[in-house]
Amino acid sequence: MQHIRAHVLVCGGTACKSSGSQKVRDAFARYLEEYKLQDEVMLVETGCHGFCEHGPLVIVYPEGTFYCRVTADDVKEIVEQHLYKGRIVERLLYREPLTQEQVPNYDEIGFYKKQHRIVLANCGEIDPENVGEYIAVGGYEALGKALTQMSPEQVVEEVKKSGLRGRGGGGFPTGLKWQFAKASVSDKKYVICNADEGDPGAFMDRSVLEGDPHRVLEGMAICGYAIGADEGYIYVRAEYPLAIKRLRVAIAQAEEAGLLGKNIFGSGFDFTIHIKEGAGAFVCGEETALMASIEGKRGMPRPRPPFPAVSGLWGKPTNINNVETFANVAQIINNGAEWYSRFGTEKSKGTKVFALTGKINNTGLAEVPMGITMREIIYDIGGGITNGKKFKAVQIGGPSGGCLPESMLDLPVDYDSLIAAGAMMGSGGLVVMDEDTCMVDVAKFFLTFTQSESCGKCTPCREGTKRMLEILTRITEGEGREGDIELLESLAENIKATALCGLGQSAPNPVLSTLRYFRHEYEEHIKNKRCPAGACEKMLSYVIGDDCKGCTKCARNCPVQAISGAVKQKHVIDQSKCIKCGACMAGCPFKAITKG
Amino acid sequence: MTTVNLTINGQPVQAPAGTSILEAARQAGIYIPTLCYHPELRPEGACRLCMVEASGSRGLAAACVYPVAEGMVVKTNTAKVREARRTVVELLLTNHPKDCLCCQKSGDCELQKIAADLGVRKLRFEGGERKSHAIDDSNPSLVRDQEKCVLCGRCIRMCRDVQGMDVYSFARRGFNTIVTPAFGLGLGQAACSLCGQCSTVCPTAAIVEKDDTDKVWDALSDPDKFVIVQTAPSVRVALGEELALPSGSVVTGKMVAALKQLGFDKVFDTDFSADLTIMEEGHEFLHRLQNGGVLPMITSCSPGWVNMIELKYPELLPHLSTAKSPQGMFGAIAKTYFAQKAGIDPAKIVSVSVMPCTAKKAEAARPQLCDSGYRDVDIVITTRELGRMIRSAGIDFAALAEADFDSPLGYGTGAGVIFGTTGGVMEAALRTVADVVAGQSLPKVEYHEVRGMEETREATLDIAGTEVKIAVVHTLAAAKKMLERIKAGEADYHFIEVMACPGGCIGGGGQPVPVDASVRRLRREALFDCDEASVIRKSHENPDIIALYKEFLGEPLGEKAHHLLHTTYQAQRR
Repeated sequence: MQHIRAHVLVCGGTACKSSGSQKVRDAFARYLEEYKLQDEVMLVETGCHGFCEHGPLVIVYPEGTFYCRVTADDVKEIVEQHLYKGRIVERLLYREPLTQEQVPNYDEIGFYKKQHRIVLANCGEIDPENVGEYIAVGGYEALGKALTQMSPEQVVEEVKKSGLRGRGGGGFPTGLKWQFAKASVSDKKYVICNADEGDPGAFMDRSVLEGDPHRVLEGMAICGYAIGADEGYIYVRAEYPLAIKRLRVAIAQAEEAGLLGKNIFGSGFDFTIHIKEGAGAFVCGEETALMASIEGKRGMPRPRPPFPAVSGLWGKPTNINNVETFANVAQIINNGAEWYSRFGTEKSKGTKVFALTGKINNTGLAEVPMGITMREIIYDIGGGITNGKKFKAVQIGGPSGGCLPESMLDLPVDYDSLIAAGAMMGSGGLVVMDEDTCMVDVAKFFLTFTQSESCGKCTPCREGTKRMLEILTRITEGEGREGDIELLESLAENIKATALCGLGQSAPNPVLSTLRYFRHEYEEHIKNKRCPAGACEKMLSYVIGDDCKGCTKCARNCPVQAISGAVKQKHVIDQSKCIKCGACMAGCPFKAITKG
Repeated sequence: MTTVNLTINGQPVQAPAGTSILEAARQAGIYIPTLCYHPELRPEGACRLCMVEASGSRGLAAACVYPVAEGMVVKTNTAKVREARRTVVELLLTNHPKDCLCCQKSGDCELQKIAADLGVRKLRFEGGERKSHAIDDSNPSLVRDQEKCVLCGRCIRMCRDVQGMDVYSFARRGFNTIVTPAFGLGLGQAACSLCGQCSTVCPTAAIVEKDDTDKVWDALSDPDKFVIVQTAPSVRVALGEELALPSGSVVTGKMVAALKQLGFDKVFDTDFSADLTIMEEGHEFLHRLQNGGVLPMITSCSPGWVNMIELKYPELLPHLSTAKSPQGMFGAIAKTYFAQKAGIDPAKIVSVSVMPCTAKKAEAARPQLCDSGYRDVDIVITTRELGRMIRSAGIDFAALAEADFDSPLGYGTGAGVIFGTTGGVMEAALRTVADVVAGQSLPKVEYHEVRGMEETREATLDIAGTEVKIAVVHTLAAAKKMLERIKAGEADYHFIEVMACPGGCIGGGGQPVPVDASVRRLRREALFDCDEASVIRKSHENPDIIALYKEFLGEPLGEKAHHLLHTTYQAQRR
């Protein structure tokens, strides 16, 4: 009999793969063989661990040693030192950014300490392409329990009691949604998993699908049983090839194991799942547009009511939930609603996965209990701001969300607090910005996004966001006019009140929230033609101050010969020629050049 | 169906469950402005002009798609609603040309009216980008100016859902969204039936009929030309709407007087050639019936319909009657029989027709239609264009004394006039066929079996002892269904009438706008009034038709008739 004494887990998430984890995995296979360890050390390619900043990641069990930024060249050393001789390779261990302390073990790392992993429990722990590993950690037990021990009513009731709310952004109570779909009488119903993750910087759903696809399939099947549907679709964007591949593998394995398909667990319940690849239109994440897209039509939202629970895909009652929502279901059924509702706040139960990006040390995925403060996420888990800069704002909720300032850092992160603060949970993208970020420019960035992703159907979104963008553009170019802020506010409020779908209704949020918290920045741009963050290129000018020694370095660095001056004389920048590349300032040995 | 109680602006209103707020409000006499909504199309809730405050709705609700509910409180005229609507109009106008004063749709433009009604006085967002497109005049009947398109999507829904042609769709995203035929083709390259229904629902001048009035003015002012005009049956019951008269006004005499004032040398009636069509088509039907010809025979007077079958079902073309449309027959007779009789060189005749139809412009240009040795019909204008000509000539239409059509092509029977409505061609044909088969003038004139407004109607009639199964179809979507049934061998009719437009020519693509079911009903009733008021109500009893056969054509289906009055069809590839 084979005795496995150690496991080597190599992260096979998209981020680690793009930084070379495939080569690392291949190197392990080669050296394990070379050192004749292949029969006692098991090599596993897992899904995403979430700590993407430090990938490719390798974890060695049973110790739980966490190696960061491993390259193929490091593998021989790990095999020889750690696996063969039992010595940890210290130089590859993680260092806490604030203390520089080396942390050998996975669960002692600050990034993981405050996390609570329900959705991501298996991500990075199991081989996502092996249904056996999912079953070994309790997979499909919940489906079995639902089908053999619970009535559909009980399943709906359990999900309702758990307090689970939609993780796609809206936060609608999931159990209630299921109840509506269940109540609709029809010969045919559908379950749809919305995996059209499109917010800039968000990759929670992708990681779940890549790291633990069966969990999503199981959640969908339980939903199908609860509402009386026998068919499901996963609408996943075609830009997620790894997720699609692993989903296909998972569906095939589940069907072969009798966990999907006809007469599951001998219960008489049938459930099949199809994959529909989306072509990348952001608006197809809106549920009615998504259904139109599955039907082969142009992805344009339609007014609700009727809601999908009454008339959805092909006109049949349909329940649509997001990936993360479905990923919570099995745990709720297994451990009970009461267990689940212990996590989180009174009205926002459970955990939420966030994608940390921007000017933050630990970019990656973090799953935290609802109600945790923004400060804990950014500083304790995220490791603070990069390069020791000052925190300025955090953008939450993607293009539909808002920007929160430092004064809101102690805000508990839950659905209702965020809405009250002018942001929203959204799908879970968190973009951290430092003092060098111009908030008008940020608003412009998100408006550019929503404006180009608008489907063009309704007037306020199609025409209104365009005009808002034009106003923002002129403000950032120093052409802002007195009254522009009021114009933006008026337009924003009208678009919110009149747009057809969630995309349009929330498109003004980045503008409204930056106006709410950073109004002075807008005013500076308009009244004094100045960008306080020094980010708006058109308003920027580089100036050589009195510290100039006339060394001529800046003049030589300038790519457009905009700088003149005699040796040992103070130099001058010709603003009409300057292209604002910043090469002069970066190269000045005397720090005599400032921008403003 | 259950009824729900709600209040709109404090007024208690009852409406069936499932009714939209907009419909409930309009029934209660409360006007809510709309652009993308059209009473005959499925509502889309796209333009966001019909926003109202409704209890139970997050934000404002789009009245056209939001269903009423028990106890709902609706407010249609609050400060918030007014501001929202004004902003929508302001945004549309900002991205719209400001050439209203010289726009073809000026005065009939819904956007213009709404902007005026809402009191939009200032455009706060001017100075930004405005869409820029070349005008598409590649289609023989219709002109598209996308800069005037407000993307309401009515044309898309009309073309797809009512006409089944599906020529238009949305393309591109966001601010760059356009309405376009597939692959960005021009409308002239698209598989368009030219029915012009899109132009009747377009709220602005983004889709309009090709304006041929200048050609008519040029002919009228040319002293060397002898300019004659024919007017289609349904024009007389719709033209009044162009000239500030109520829908359903019969303006035959005033129309003739106006045409004479405009300077036409002779004013004739397409009713006359409609009677001629019945003579030929009726006899063709009997011939097919008695000699094992291709059945069901289908009428061919609606050119939108002919385009559709040539485009989509060329394999079924043998079912089409070879008889030309009344416009085509008139053209051939005018430059032969009339020219000879009046002693006018046909080369000098300019034959103008006034039609309810945009497709007639292209019909007149068909290569087949020059059997007189000349182009049988030279210029086709629609009812809307005639209205503009009369207005531009400064004619006080309401005050005109009625005048009579000229002879010999100016007298039509009651059977000819009902050509203008769905079922009318069938009824006119039955009146003649029954008499011909019976060999005597039967007392039965009216065939109520074929009247009605259902998209597809059918009846089995006893024609002098022979059982004849007929069907009447209008709208191209319904026609497509019928053709599919014929292909599947499920349509055992002998004779089918098809008209492309909803309601037939009274709802034609060249008729005055706005139009809806109630307007079409009034026009239709007016046509039947004309029929009832006619002394002669059967085509074969028209004395001028009898004279035409006696003096010139010989027999129906005879050699001369075959040459001048029948045509051929061929598959169209676009």
